[in-house]
Amino acid sequence: MANNLSGGFKAYLYRDLLIALRDRGDLSKPLMFFLLVAVMVPLAIAPEASKLSAIAPGLIWILALLATLLSIERLFSEDYADGSLEQLLISPNILMMPILGKITAHWLVIGLPLTLLSPVIAIWFSLPISAMVPMMLSLALGTAVLSLIGAVGAALTLPRQGGVLLALLVMPLYMPVLIFGSATIQAAVDGLNWLAPLAMLAALLAVAIVLCPLAISAGLRIAKNG
Amino acid sequence: MTTHTVLKVESLAFERNDAVLFQPVDFELKAGEAMQILGVNGSGKTTLFQLLTAILPSSSGQISYREQPLSDCRYEYLSDVLFIGHQSGVKAALTVEENLRWMSPNNTSSAKISAALEAVGLSEYAQIHCANLSAGQKRRVALARLITSQAKLWLLDEPLTSLDKQGVELIERCMNQHLAQGGAILFSSHQDLAQVTTRNYKLEPLVEVA
Amino acid sequence: MNFNLQWTWFHRLGSPRWFYQKTQCWLPWLVVATLALLVTGLVWGLAIAPPDAKQGNSFRIIYLHVPASVVALAGYYIMAISGAVGLIWRIKLSFMLMRSAAPIGAALTFIALVTGAIWGKPTWGAYWVWDARITSMLILLFLYFGVIALRHTYSNNEAADKAGAVLSLVGMVNVPIIYKSVDWWQTLHQPATIKFTGAPSMHPDMFAPLVVMIIGFYSFYSLALILFARAEILRREYRASWVKQLVSHQPAEK
Repeated sequence: MANNLSGGFKAYLYRDLLIALRDRGDLSKPLMFFLLVAVMVPLAIAPEASKLSAIAPGLIWILALLATLLSIERLFSEDYADGSLEQLLISPNILMMPILGKITAHWLVIGLPLTLLSPVIAIWFSLPISAMVPMMLSLALGTAVLSLIGAVGAALTLPRQGGVLLALLVMPLYMPVLIFGSATIQAAVDGLNWLAPLAMLAALLAVAIVLCPLAISAGLRIAKNG
Repeated sequence: MTTHTVLKVESLAFERNDAVLFQPVDFELKAGEAMQILGVNGSGKTTLFQLLTAILPSSSGQISYREQPLSDCRYEYLSDVLFIGHQSGVKAALTVEENLRWMSPNNTSSAKISAALEAVGLSEYAQIHCANLSAGQKRRVALARLITSQAKLWLLDEPLTSLDKQGVELIERCMNQHLAQGGAILFSSHQDLAQVTTRNYKLEPLVEVA
Repeated sequence: MNFNLQWTWFHRLGSPRWFYQKTQCWLPWLVVATLALLVTGLVWGLAIAPPDAKQGNSFRIIYLHVPASVVALAGYYIMAISGAVGLIWRIKLSFMLMRSAAPIGAALTFIALVTGAIWGKPTWGAYWVWDARITSMLILLFLYFGVIALRHTYSNNEAADKAGAVLSLVGMVNVPIIYKSVDWWQTLHQPATIKFTGAPSMHPDMFAPLVVMIIGFYSFYSLALILFARAEILRREYRASWVKQLVSHQPAEK
């Protein structure tokens, strides 16, 4: 007997998208944060194009990282509170697919809009046009990895949410993504080969898609345990 | 009516924080039977349900479904089980109908969904977002699953919370119907069900010797 | 019915009690060995080994820095592997070792960072340089902090153990990725790198005391791990009869 509760990737993807789109306020908050902090940077540092474009690659990536961190905690928290997580754990089917479905929904709602908004920030920071496409590609791939790794942290910190624990757990794991992501943009700015660091991002994504759901399903079961 | 054993629990025990929770549990549940788990607050009723739904692994003992140990038939077992816990599993952002459709088998017709909603008295609320429902109404949405479900074994942890007298009667009707069809029910409740014949099992907490 | 039997009933292989009793015998020897190795290594390295051609006497800090880094990194793997063993075979003792390994590893990482900074000042003129090795060490410190912080999220011990194990394993997979990516990042910005450990190119007179110190630090790690684990065992098994006897110094009642 198959029901949606034991449904797989598509079922959970549609459900989470539906829920996210019903609560449009929640959707826009991380994106607003992204833009808002970007505005603070020239105010705090300097409005000169040369200074901004020098730090732009790394800064855009840090902003994307922070915006993802802000939103990832809610991935499982509502399900944990209203009992749907319990129902998910009882499903006879393996957890990987529903988990990937939820994370894909999260990326479509946070990572993808971030990627699409990034040209705005690039223009604010005087990033050369040649770096736009590499930047968006790096963000598209990288935010997916950030969602996956962030979900591991979200699953492990379910019993006590809020606070910096999630960030503390997940930040060290984010560093390689940050390194390769900003390197892609920087390489494009410098006219070097930006496909190499981008390929590394793709490799990280491949590894994350396979390994993160394992850790996440372990974390979800432990959360119900504790 | 066949009285084959649906669920058999032998010497089930669970450890938390390095301490054993309750006396080893032994019981048998047959088809067409309803069993009520009794125990004071904190005696581990919810943990027992979590053990029975394989959310928690037991420290010792065995659970068998239809003569087979759970570890061998996990997929079939969980496919045949309907579990409703303390929380309703109802998503606030979805409407009543969407929630019920989500929690029902894939091939459930719209007619059946409407009939189930009518049976629990929520027909007019079908398109209402569950965030706007009261606790009792949310509980009724969860219990509408009992009507659309094809599961043979029902595990219900305190199904009557937040329900009014009408709701309790409704649940009793559903349960009797399920039992008549050969299903089995294991539930815990602080109220006794007048209309349903139940066997009782008492969970004994482990007493610490000074 | 003797309820006390119930508490000791659920111990599996790797009984904490067995560990506690066995280590009681080994501890004094381990203390002697650790002291011997560390004192020999320190005296040899700090006083006897010849000064470096370029760095003079300031290089001697590597006799603390390198062993600390090596054992800190190894310690993370020990922690993760203990966690994995505990998860797969459900051995409580393994989880207790994992829990004990976290603060020790974190402390060693901290020592590595501080000694690295002390070395940095005379060598490069600055207390902190974003060298690949030291940046990776800093990230390792945060990985340790994460594992230590996570245990307080869970109210029950079993869940805390498993969550810590999952996190350590996730970290373990990431450690090589982090090290490699930081290494690559640093080559982007600083083509000429001064390696912190010039071990292969070191003169044997300087290398030998380093080896002694590394072994000494491993010995110290084992000692600390055993001591912490013993304390953890007493703390977690406080309901068991043998612990009660131990604490109240009563003769064994069997």
